[in-house]
Amino acid sequence: MDVVQVEHVSKKYLLGERLNARESLNAAAARVFRRRQRVGGELWSLRDVSFTLRDGESLGIVGRNGAGKSTILKILAGITAPTIGESRTRGRVAALLEVGTGFHPELTGRENIFLNGAILGMSRQDIKRRFEQIVDFSGVERFLDTPVKRYSSGMYLRLAFAVAAHLEPDVLVVDEILAVGDAEFQRKCIGRMEEAEQEGRTLIFVSHDLGTLSKLCMRSLWLESGAVRDAGETPTIVRDYLASGLFSTLGTTPLASAVAALYGVRVVPEGADANSVLMPGDRLLIEVDFEVTDPVPGLDLAIIVTAEGGTRVLDELVSDSGIGRLARGAFRATLAVPPLFNIGEFSVGVWFGTSHEDFLYEPAAATFSLHGSDMGRPERLLNLNLPIAVERLNGA
Amino acid sequence: MVTSSGSPPDWQVNAAGRSKVIGAWLSVWRSRELIGFFALRDIRVLYKQAALGVLWVLLQPVATVVIFTLVFSRLANIDSQGIPYPLFALVGMVVWSYFSVATVRGSDVLVSNPQLVTKVSFPRIAAPAAAMLPPLVDMAVSLALVAVLFLYYGVSPTWRVLAAPACILLVVLAAFGTTLWLSALNVRYRDVQHAVGPLMQLWLFASPVAYPASLFEGWHALVYALNPMAGLLSIARWSLLGTPWPGWPAVVSLITLLAVLGTGLLYFTRTERSFADVI
Repeated sequence: MDVVQVEHVSKKYLLGERLNARESLNAAAARVFRRRQRVGGELWSLRDVSFTLRDGESLGIVGRNGAGKSTILKILAGITAPTIGESRTRGRVAALLEVGTGFHPELTGRENIFLNGAILGMSRQDIKRRFEQIVDFSGVERFLDTPVKRYSSGMYLRLAFAVAAHLEPDVLVVDEILAVGDAEFQRKCIGRMEEAEQEGRTLIFVSHDLGTLSKLCMRSLWLESGAVRDAGETPTIVRDYLASGLFSTLGTTPLASAVAALYGVRVVPEGADANSVLMPGDRLLIEVDFEVTDPVPGLDLAIIVTAEGGTRVLDELVSDSGIGRLARGAFRATLAVPPLFNIGEFSVGVWFGTSHEDFLYEPAAATFSLHGSDMGRPERLLNLNLPIAVERLNGA
Repeated sequence: MVTSSGSPPDWQVNAAGRSKVIGAWLSVWRSRELIGFFALRDIRVLYKQAALGVLWVLLQPVATVVIFTLVFSRLANIDSQGIPYPLFALVGMVVWSYFSVATVRGSDVLVSNPQLVTKVSFPRIAAPAAAMLPPLVDMAVSLALVAVLFLYYGVSPTWRVLAAPACILLVVLAAFGTTLWLSALNVRYRDVQHAVGPLMQLWLFASPVAYPASLFEGWHALVYALNPMAGLLSIARWSLLGTPWPGWPAVVSLITLLAVLGTGLLYFTRTERSFADVI
């Protein structure tokens, strides 16, 4: 029996839609005089997405930031409506798009369990019946009557997930929630989702953690710019998705400026198959193919690596390597990066310019992801493993 | 509750289009537990932190009544329909405070919790509906003060006091209708946030709180009663203080109340499906 049917769903967002009253009065006035005038642009977050799921099936969704993953989940959950097409679900849908939405810091753990349960669609009877399980799972029984503002972030997350995890829905929709929390929390969450699967619930799961996704989901859907790029067995999709991540996000047309054109950027592990997964221990080669069309004096090229949070971790100039003026013609610049980074997503930017003029700057010419273990330190950006010296201070 | 055995549950369809108005009343009823939890949350949070708790609730109406007594009764010598002016003004103020506080809080309830709107699918109407309940606690506290004034002035209520719950229900519906409009408008136009305060200020003086509606006569009274609070305040005084029944103006006010409530529901249900996109 089908429990989820998504048929030709497209979703349009109007950019800059939030107007104040004056702007919308102006827009209304403009409409009177000029018939049609568009305020801001529009963005198709989803384009003609279709899939069906039978009961007990699980679907993983992969794709880069802005590919439409969250939008499809919001449509499945009924939070937002599609612009075109139809999404149908059977039975109770529980969507976990964010952990702890609706928790109030001033209320106690006990009060928040009931409030959050009600927000997620449970009746008071349901919550009472599962109260023990929720408390057990969260492990906060000693603090049930303490306001949650005094909880550690770990306790807070565990309690919030516990409420949602005990919804017993027919369709469970889970967004990137495992990105938060420690390894223990993640293990528990994944365990709970596996249980849900065994109980015959339908699971739809979005994650950048492709290992977990492969474990939980038989089938996967790969979204790119809002459209389904591929769908099928998870191992195949994950392999192709990872392979694609190594190459430039630029199209086939070069990015041109007055003095230079950028043809492509790729990130490959040194001495390994270009299609293999990148790991924190790999030495990476960042290759930039470009052409100088007008060799102005002082022209320089920079390769920039930015971490997920927007921190610029590398910014290397060609001139720093003692290479003089760039001549006319096509070149490949290669930056070898030693194993430095923790796991995560990074983007590679390219800049052309002189000391007083910028000609071309593409902050995300390519992206790459490092997969594997964060060695229990998810917040760490660099894996330098610097030694710490410890010496005894008192004379004893 | 949905069980895995038996006949399969029906499809829930999410497609372009608008939700139905009739569904709105149904979802108020179906989400009554959620409304209760929202209201409980607000009541707990309000009283947990305020050390003086109940005193704050009384401060605003009492201070206003003192000022009204000085200005309207002593200086302007307003007729208070044979009732001691402080009692007359306090009854007006208790009803008005409820309406004003509920509307101001309710109009803010969606935009102050954007995550709730964009990350969870709960019946949207539960949020403004729940905002109508906590100010009822304040009202109950203020009504105790009214009882004290009854004793002080030796006024005894009549059988009409039995109509008070119905009258309170009408005031709640008036606040709910206004809130539906303002909370939905606020999602799209944040200007509403700034406009609500001044609006309530003006509305207070346009309503018979400090003076009796009987100042208006003939067709003036009917036009004046287009303000739903005009009729409701007169009915409240009729019920509690035994002032004369307002007559046709009350009917006019009830009709505008229904119109505000009906159009409010219509606007809310027409726009609620886009809340998550524009908030």
